[in-house]
Amino acid sequence: MALSGNLRDFTITQLLNLINLANKTGTLVVEGPSQTAKVAFRDGKLAYAQIDQEDSSLASVLHKAKKLSSGQYKSIQQDAAHISDKELGLLLINAGYLSKEDILTNLQQHFTDIIQRLFTWVEGFFHFDNDSLPPDDRISVRLDLENLIIDGSRQMREWEQLQDEIPSLDMALKFTDRPGANLRNVNLSVEEWRVVSYINPRNTIRQIARATKRNDLEIRRIVYGLLQAGLVETTRREGASTSAPTVRVFPTEDKEKQKSLVNRLIDRIRSL
Amino acid sequence: MQTVKMVVTGPFSAGKTEFIRSVSEIDVVSTERKISSASEKSVKEATTVAMDFGRITVDEDLVLYLFGTPGQRRFDFMWEILSEGMLGFIVMVDSTRPETFREARSILETFHAYAPTPYVVSANKQDMKEAWDIEDMRHVLRLDSKVKLVSCVATDRDSVKAILLELLYSILSEMENGEK
Ligand SMILES: Nc1nc2c(ncn2[C@@H]2O[C@H](COP(=O)(O)OP(=O)(O)OP(=O)(O)O)[C@@H](O)[C@H]2O)c(=O)[nH]1
Ligand SMILES: [Mg+2]
Repeated sequence: MALSGNLRDFTITQLLNLINLANKTGTLVVEGPSQTAKVAFRDGKLAYAQIDQEDSSLASVLHKAKKLSSGQYKSIQQDAAHISDKELGLLLINAGYLSKEDILTNLQQHFTDIIQRLFTWVEGFFHFDNDSLPPDDRISVRLDLENLIIDGSRQMREWEQLQDEIPSLDMALKFTDRPGANLRNVNLSVEEWRVVSYINPRNTIRQIARATKRNDLEIRRIVYGLLQAGLVETTRREGASTSAPTVRVFPTEDKEKQKSLVNRLIDRIRSL
Repeated sequence: MQTVKMVVTGPFSAGKTEFIRSVSEIDVVSTERKISSASEKSVKEATTVAMDFGRITVDEDLVLYLFGTPGQRRFDFMWEILSEGMLGFIVMVDSTRPETFREARSILETFHAYAPTPYVVSANKQDMKEAWDIEDMRHVLRLDSKVKLVSCVATDRDSVKAILLELLYSILSEMENGEK
């Protein structure tokens, strides 16, 4: 029976755990809402990871890690596009520009980053392909999964706590009118500023997440930070007619009769 | 006969059943069970499953029902059902158990998302010496100064009455503001 399913029932951490314990070889394919990731393992160890929609060539990994300058990266792209990662690696080592260690460490870091991002995917489907291995021309690593599994469980706990703190993404956000809360005095990251720019009682957190291309975990993290800092508070979304209560609260439509009813309740409770 | 309802919610063992029992004219129709899990048993013997149900007759044609939500999270599915058509709700918080404050906050937000009715937060068990100060609770629960956070002893009828009245005053003033 093939290993496949929904991330809601089986988390990435649980999958890594299984792959580790069963010493599996093959490729885990995870289809998230907007991207697909492929992570290859050999004997239960991480070998390779890539996200389909992103450049994962050695040159780009080394460039992102600032081991290659933009100029060097560009000329490799132009003149050495036909060279495989393995060949490029050998060239760089033979030229004395980088050591084998350097290359492997940077690749490991890159693959680990991809797994870290996968931990934030809570929606999607996965399957494990026993036969498929990383492309031959790519450089693979051998990385134990234990540390990644521990990181993943930490994130899972964080995710559970964040769900407690922000149970509904259908709430909107507004700025607090607390004196002393001043946005200009805080250091926000670019992503946080983007979220801040959408804060408005008419936008739900879910809509903000979509507009800023953040997944559920990422948006909860950012919103949680802003809530903790006392800069924003959650509020019911304004102008949303869809959530109008369908069940009647009062037995009468008449406003005066409703008020008299509440006054009767008050009198009764006072007299208890 | 006309009926209206209010919901009493809050974390496990906050005092919801006790609160309703203190003012209900009928024996609270509570669906309590002996607790089997050892960790929860250390807190109390019996817990509410499904719901509590209390009644206050106002006059010949008006009755107020009080519904208490079950404390354990596995009965969460009852919350939305119980919240339908409520006049307002009360969030009970056990002032002596800070480890439940975060959950209380989460329950508050969930109920508020179901229906935009007025609510009062009740800082219960204020008779106990381990009880937190109200203002400290306000900070940790992240309640702004407009939210009513009232000290409570659920075993004391006057204290429960005061909270029900606070909620009714909020309901009344919201109706009046709505007309302006
Ligand atoms: N000292 C003191 N004890 C209280 C007070 N309110 C409730 N208790 C006690 O706290 C315990 C829990 O109260 P319950 O009313 O059963 O709490 P609950 O919220 O209905 O609990 P669940 O239904 O299990 O979620 C009981 O032993 C009560 O007698 C209070 O104001 N003061
Ligand atoms: Mg109970």
